[in-house]
Amino acid sequence: MSQAATKIEPAKPLLSVNNIEVVYDEVIQVLRGVSLDVPEGEIVTLLGPNGAGKSTTLKAISGLLKTENGEVTRGDITFMGERIDSKNAEDVVRSGVFQVMEGRRIIEDMTSIENLKLGAYTRNDKQINQDIEMVFNYFPRLKERTGLAGYLSGGEQQMLAIGRALMARPKMICLDEPSMGLSPLLVKEVFEIIGKINKDQGITMLLVEQNANYAIRAADYGYIMESGKIVLDGTQEQLLNNEDVKEFYLGGGNEERKSFKNLKSYKRRKRWL
Amino acid sequence: MNFELLIQLLVNGLIVGLLYGVIAMCFVLVYKSTQIVNFAQGEFLLVGAWVCWAFLVYMELPFFVGFLLTLAFMAAFGVLLQMIVLRPMIGEPIISVIMITIGLSIFFQALMKWIFGVDPQSYPQVFDTQSVQIMGLNVEVAYLMSTAIALFIMAAFYFFFKHSKHGLAMRATAFDQQVAQSLGISVKHVFAMSWGIAATVSATAGVVIGLVNGVSDSLSIMGIKVFPAVILGGLDSIVGAIVGGITIGILENLAEFFDSQYFHVGNMYDIAPFYVLLIILWFKPYGLFGTQDIERI
Repeated sequence: MSQAATKIEPAKPLLSVNNIEVVYDEVIQVLRGVSLDVPEGEIVTLLGPNGAGKSTTLKAISGLLKTENGEVTRGDITFMGERIDSKNAEDVVRSGVFQVMEGRRIIEDMTSIENLKLGAYTRNDKQINQDIEMVFNYFPRLKERTGLAGYLSGGEQQMLAIGRALMARPKMICLDEPSMGLSPLLVKEVFEIIGKINKDQGITMLLVEQNANYAIRAADYGYIMESGKIVLDGTQEQLLNNEDVKEFYLGGGNEERKSFKNLKSYKRRKRWL
Repeated sequence: MNFELLIQLLVNGLIVGLLYGVIAMCFVLVYKSTQIVNFAQGEFLLVGAWVCWAFLVYMELPFFVGFLLTLAFMAAFGVLLQMIVLRPMIGEPIISVIMITIGLSIFFQALMKWIFGVDPQSYPQVFDTQSVQIMGLNVEVAYLMSTAIALFIMAAFYFFFKHSKHGLAMRATAFDQQVAQSLGISVKHVFAMSWGIAATVSATAGVVIGLVNGVSDSLSIMGIKVFPAVILGGLDSIVGAIVGGITIGILENLAEFFDSQYFHVGNMYDIAPFYVLLIILWFKPYGLFGTQDIERI
């Protein structure tokens, strides 16, 4: 009973995105009022089809929007009680939010260790070598690859990208499609490590994914986005049991809806709004 | 065949080539990190040499004090130039930025003439002996110093880009600016730093050349002379800049040798590198070490 009581009490969100609108090139509106909360120490996932605005949401948080001529025109983003929506990307990193961009984006003409050292760019302490060892503990296979990072396999590059994020000792990591282009086995491995890092280090994660199956199972809470809006949110359990989520994102779903007769309702329901 | 002259010229070529390498490295540094082709590269040498001359002659400071002050001045000069003139140009078409560097080149040449006059000036005597004999070769002390300085700068560049945090940040920025920003690197600072380093190091070369040849307008021609070196090595390769610099230095002197011994055309020294430049562009447009821009479509 007492356990249930503590669960109901909402944790104070580490990051809260409040009704933001994002416009690219001053004309293209991509986000139309997105709000989400990421409680401390949890994994929150953001799902949705291509072009829904998931990556844009992450970039709005990490400040990288400005490098793509995008702008938060309404709403606010607060991290640990401090507004970060107008901050530069480098200042956001310094306040503790680190984004692992889509497509890994490691520095290909440097070695793994140099990439890891760059992750620690914002730090000034002497424990960087220690942390490199810690990253190698999570990803032992990176230690064997001493050559240029550009020659690493896709999975290894993804691991390096996550390791590079760890090097910054962030409070929160935003992961943009870590499973992109990886073999199913590697996807499993990467998700396991993400979960492990979250548990060991208490690093909060905001996970943008197309691979809904893994993402929902890894996450404590999830949001589903479509055309620049959040259309559904819920705990892992709620999402896994939601008929729509089952049908649109997890495959399977209810048998009856497979018939042609129900196709109309399928189409109607897919819009949600 | 006059072997003594040939070897003397080859040694000269190597020494001058190392300096070309240093100047070319500055050029590549700016190009790599900011994508700007800096036509005002030669003026960094010119301004540095004149400022040092002013410290030594007007203020009568000892050489090394004046030299260090010059370096400090040039670091600030490079950073301010970037912040005031080039930062507002970020995001503008690259051709406009190149025109600006050409403008800067003309401006600083004229400014130096206005302040210091049009006559070449020589530095006060720095070394007690002008030249020493090494293995039967006559080597000027200033050249020895220039070689030592050039090698030191190259080693420093290596350590800076391989092991220092800021060097890595500059490489990251050169590779991908957005990634650099996502790592917490301030691209603005990196740009300013690269101009500061380029100005400082170029000024060193300017002072060294000034010690041997005196300070005059001809220093700024160095900025044009490194083009063959840079193109030979590849526009975006620091190693290529060094190799290119040494090659061009030796080539110049070889051309001088064959000209004076056989052809008697005159002026081969100045022209040979540019013939080489043409030939390189024919066969290897990306240079020896440059990144070939191959895109998958």
